[in-house]
Amino acid sequence: MKVIIIDDEPLARSVVKEYLQKYPQLELWQECNDGLEGLKAIQEHNPDLIFLDIQMPKINGFEMLELLDQPPAVIFTTAFDEYAIKAFEAHAVDYLLKPFSQERFDKAIEKVMAQKNISPEKITQELLETAAQSPSQSQRIVVKNGSKIKIIPLQEVFYLEAADDYVKIHTKEGYFLKNKTMNHFEQSLDQQHFVRSHRSYIINIQQITRIDPYEKDNHVAILRSGAKVPVSRNGYVRLRQVLGL
Amino acid sequence: MSRSPLSVNRFRTIFISIWLAVIFDITFVLKWYGSGWDWPVAIIDSLISCSLLFIFCLPLMIMLQYYTPRQKNYVNIFIWCAFITGVWLALTHWLLSLALGHYEGYDSFLHQSQIIRGSIGFLLTGCVALAFVIWYNWEEQQENEKRKQDSEKLAKEAELFKLRQQLQPHFLFNSLNSINALIGIRPEEARKMVQQLSDFLRGTLKKEETQWVSLQEELQYLQLYLDIEKVRFGNRLSTVIESTDTTNEMKLPALLLQPIVENAIKFGLYDTTGETMIRITALVEGNNLVLKVENPFDPETSSSSQGTGFGLKSVQRRLYLLFGRNDLLVTEAKENIFTTIVKIPQATVTIAEK
Repeated sequence: MKVIIIDDEPLARSVVKEYLQKYPQLELWQECNDGLEGLKAIQEHNPDLIFLDIQMPKINGFEMLELLDQPPAVIFTTAFDEYAIKAFEAHAVDYLLKPFSQERFDKAIEKVMAQKNISPEKITQELLETAAQSPSQSQRIVVKNGSKIKIIPLQEVFYLEAADDYVKIHTKEGYFLKNKTMNHFEQSLDQQHFVRSHRSYIINIQQITRIDPYEKDNHVAILRSGAKVPVSRNGYVRLRQVLGL
Repeated sequence: MSRSPLSVNRFRTIFISIWLAVIFDITFVLKWYGSGWDWPVAIIDSLISCSLLFIFCLPLMIMLQYYTPRQKNYVNIFIWCAFITGVWLALTHWLLSLALGHYEGYDSFLHQSQIIRGSIGFLLTGCVALAFVIWYNWEEQQENEKRKQDSEKLAKEAELFKLRQQLQPHFLFNSLNSINALIGIRPEEARKMVQQLSDFLRGTLKKEETQWVSLQEELQYLQLYLDIEKVRFGNRLSTVIESTDTTNEMKLPALLLQPIVENAIKFGLYDTTGETMIRITALVEGNNLVLKVENPFDPETSSSSQGTGFGLKSVQRRLYLLFGRNDLLVTEAKENIFTTIVKIPQATVTIAEK
């Protein structure tokens, strides 16, 4: 089995390495310093198991998982992160709280071995949904743009638009696609700043310059960029509420 | 319950002095107004009237202590005053005619002066009631003010505590994890790090935010913190601290520089990859101690609005509370270097120390 360790602290990686020595069948393939490196290594080597820290430079552990089409089995290693731990517990994902012992480590490995046949995809998907609701997670959106990774700070988002299985994230540099649902964004984004104006649209209210009537019951929001975003009847009610009109 | 003004020495003295003045005044009026009365008559009349009025005022004072009427109920005070004056008038009339009735013409004088006595009595009880109402209102206001301040202070402390908590556990557990790793590979270093971590934690526990410390002390303490981070992140972190003998002697509020350095570490070390240099420079500028903390940051991942993390907001608040100024903390981001500059006025330090 191929193993990759992703953690920004060399000593933290060396503990995992040390504990791994007991398992000749687990082969340490690579060590990574941050989420981006981890992403590259996983795509390249397709490991069976990764040890993943949450707080890391560039992109964090959750953001990295989000970008993977087929996530491997994950054992999270973290020191202290209330929200992450809540998410783990909600989805029975195994995690190691630093500092951890060889015994605790062994148990985690045992569990992974036992679940060998279960695809980790579903668990990961659900876990990420929960984790996305933590306030520390929702300051930015990380997207794949071809082979490149783009980090979009939330204040740079103009509006979101539903597009089949994807969501188009419109910014001043054009739009980026993210493989998520509108409901996901409606729930994870701060509702004081992002309002679902329409079944297929979520607007960053700081971008709105004015709202004009449009046809009979509908409205249209004009953004600073000049873009026109449809506003449904319910969406208009929500917008007025948030804008305090 | 608020305290009575009579329990405050200064007010008691003023109150008694005014009362004595009234007694003397009435005595003199009785002696010299119109045909005038003899000294004994004037003195006895004045003493009996005034003392009785004073005694009658006591229930009024006590009542006001327990029940301070609201604005629309002020008419109640009038009614009480009128009632007290009436009872007092009847009683003094009876007592005075008993005591001084044998003086010729006193009875008719007493009778004629009822209306004047009554109005003076009403005026005096009214004044006492007014003084007490004002006092109690003021007391209540003071108490509210104090309560507001107390709750604000508590909220602030709790907030600061929470802010500190957000950073510390992460740092603490990660440090313990590093020690755990070192025990296996380099036990000597593990032992050293346990020492450093203990000294650092002891420092955090010992310090109170109201304390003022010398820069040298603060820098020694921060050095422990930086050394621990150096172990955690291997050779990625290097630090430069520039301070002269003069600046080392200067003072600053305890735990003020630490959140700034923690912030620098957070953005400069936790959120970046590759080599990181954190530079702390101390300067003297006029009467100020100026501290400059520079750290690199990743412009790709930390947007400009994130520039002042929560650590710096609490520093800004503390500076405002200490000096009443908002211009003492300045930050700037140039290319990929973030600089935090904090000025600590030194004159105020000596005042605070006194």
